[in-house]
Amino acid sequence: MAEVYRLRADPEHTAPAVPLADYQPGGTAVRLEAGDDARLLVPHVGALRRIDIAFPKFREGRGYSSARILREAGFTGEIRALGVLYVDQLMFLTRAGFDAVLPETPIDPEVAERTLARFPNVYMKAADSLQPIWALREQSNA
Amino acid sequence: MYRYDEYDQAIVDARVAEFRDQVERRLKNEISEEAFKPLRLMNGLYLQLHAYMLRVAIPYGTVDSRQMRMLAHIARRYDRGYGHFTTRQNIQYNWMKLEEMPDLLADLASVEMHAFQTSGNCIRNISSDQFAAAAADEIADPRPYAELLRQWSTLHPEFSFLPRKFKIAVTGSTIDRAAIKLHDIGLELVQNDAGEIGLKVLVGGGMGRTPMLGHVIREWLPVADYLSYMEAILRVYNRHGRRDNIYKARIKILVNDLGAAEFARQVEEEWVLVKPLGLDPPPSELARIAAHFAPPVLDANAPVEIDQSNPDFANWVTVNTHPHRAPGYAIVTISLKAPGEIPGDASADQMDIIADLAQRYAGDEIRVTHAQNLVLPHVRRADLFDLWQVLVSAGLATANLDRASDIISCPGLDYCTLANARSIPIAQKLAVKLAPQEADLGELKIKVSGCINGCGHHHAGHIGILGVDRKGEENYQLLLGGSGAEDATLAKILGPGFDENGIVTAVEKVIDRYKTLRADPAERFLDTYRRVGAEPFKEAVYG
Repeated sequence: MAEVYRLRADPEHTAPAVPLADYQPGGTAVRLEAGDDARLLVPHVGALRRIDIAFPKFREGRGYSSARILREAGFTGEIRALGVLYVDQLMFLTRAGFDAVLPETPIDPEVAERTLARFPNVYMKAADSLQPIWALREQSNA
Repeated sequence: MYRYDEYDQAIVDARVAEFRDQVERRLKNEISEEAFKPLRLMNGLYLQLHAYMLRVAIPYGTVDSRQMRMLAHIARRYDRGYGHFTTRQNIQYNWMKLEEMPDLLADLASVEMHAFQTSGNCIRNISSDQFAAAAADEIADPRPYAELLRQWSTLHPEFSFLPRKFKIAVTGSTIDRAAIKLHDIGLELVQNDAGEIGLKVLVGGGMGRTPMLGHVIREWLPVADYLSYMEAILRVYNRHGRRDNIYKARIKILVNDLGAAEFARQVEEEWVLVKPLGLDPPPSELARIAAHFAPPVLDANAPVEIDQSNPDFANWVTVNTHPHRAPGYAIVTISLKAPGEIPGDASADQMDIIADLAQRYAGDEIRVTHAQNLVLPHVRRADLFDLWQVLVSAGLATANLDRASDIISCPGLDYCTLANARSIPIAQKLAVKLAPQEADLGELKIKVSGCINGCGHHHAGHIGILGVDRKGEENYQLLLGGSGAEDATLAKILGPGFDENGIVTAVEKVIDRYKTLRADPAERFLDTYRRVGAEPFKEAVYG
């Protein structure tokens, strides 16, 4: 495993993440497998500080929905993507609500920065703070 | 026609820069082919049997003359002078070089085109009715809804790694020319008693290994909220669609396993949660897009009666034109199915000629059809003869729309790595054999696929042919009774398969039997089949 690529300024919450099945109310770090139901954590988003979500394969896409569901439920802690992930997925991950990645192969921070700056705007609202293009159009006409 | 503003253009330009960067990293071996593959697939670049193949998106099948000329330029500059129009209203080029792809995508971007999401497990090109804004039977132009879907689905952060590819079709008419019952999501514009437009939502249709017709999960969806409803459908699918077996990963399997009512319930439940998130743009955004699709100014006094004393011209008018909503106009279909040629292929010179014709006669618009033909949507009837003469000289005046030689065919084993059998030669042989009698046969849709994935839509063919591999030999199964139209049905296998010559003979036997069975000369093959069933045809073929 490479190093964590982190987009948060706050100190890392280093508590070990427990599997969802072992999670006890009040616990601060938990790990979701790709097929786990993120909605089970909704009652606990206040106590949690880090949620790890596994991507066992490049093709795996359920974690993107899990992250969005957690952000929609108001979770403000770290959501960390673990597994088979490449720099080219960073935009999808950050927009879905992830703010840290622990990939199997290291991410070059320079390439990552370039990648994240690539698209000047976005078409749809997601878990980040970016305004969709339709809103920008609306504002420029107002 | 939709025109990009600075926002749309910036996204497409950024995509070109991104892919240039990715190709450079690949050519310098900084990334492995394994890591690069999904990146090139997201840009529509496949590695085929002989070379790379690029699939260029033609959103809802609409291009203008400037874009068509660029497609011709790409065929000349980067390919061997041809392009291949596909059953999803896109165009494919078969002889691509990886190192030239960034320049090609930059050329496309210069005319507001791209190859976004023409491959991969994401939301693919949105398809629509090729007669949009021209057909007399239309409630409203479906393309603004399709364009908003295009924008919403482009680089969607949650839905770019779905269990499997995802295809959405939109139509604005009860006459279904977009095969909405055979898509992952089919949307039909409907009107209520108050004259408001809403959307009827079908989910879970598809062809391939397990063909199914879509189910209506909502009779009326307010247009103001349709994107959040799409998010709800896609989220239910993304979370619960099967990922353990690639052949069971399409949404149709999930809908079938849950039952349409339970699937609909889960979507509604999800929708309650996502609708308040502000995912839907204000009505002004749809109105902004719709303004781009205002039809050309039509001459209300354009003459309806035209001289049809030339019998070849009169026949072409009968077969290849449809009534336009304006009486003095016609919708022209240019057949890319000259018998003996490759279905859907057009040369660069032909593309340039069609671009000229669109500019001169058709409001500067061209449509690609899912049957692999091209349409000029707004032609004055008084111009039809001049236009036809140009088509004749360009080899584009084949009068066979929806007839026996207007065959849909996938690229098959001649190009495709997935194929088990060749499909183009079968289509060519059948077209040549059947063309002489096709006027007598009337509407007859023959569709050929070279493998079970069904890109040739064999399940939706009145006569469908499926190429399979049987112990290392090409073998062709014969299916009868399918339709992709508003009367959609799935074709059924008639019996044991045939070799290449055997399948051609079998189709001829089916057609000969149809001629003795039809109630009257106007009864279509499909209607005869539905009336009499498979048995008489089985007897004719297997005797």
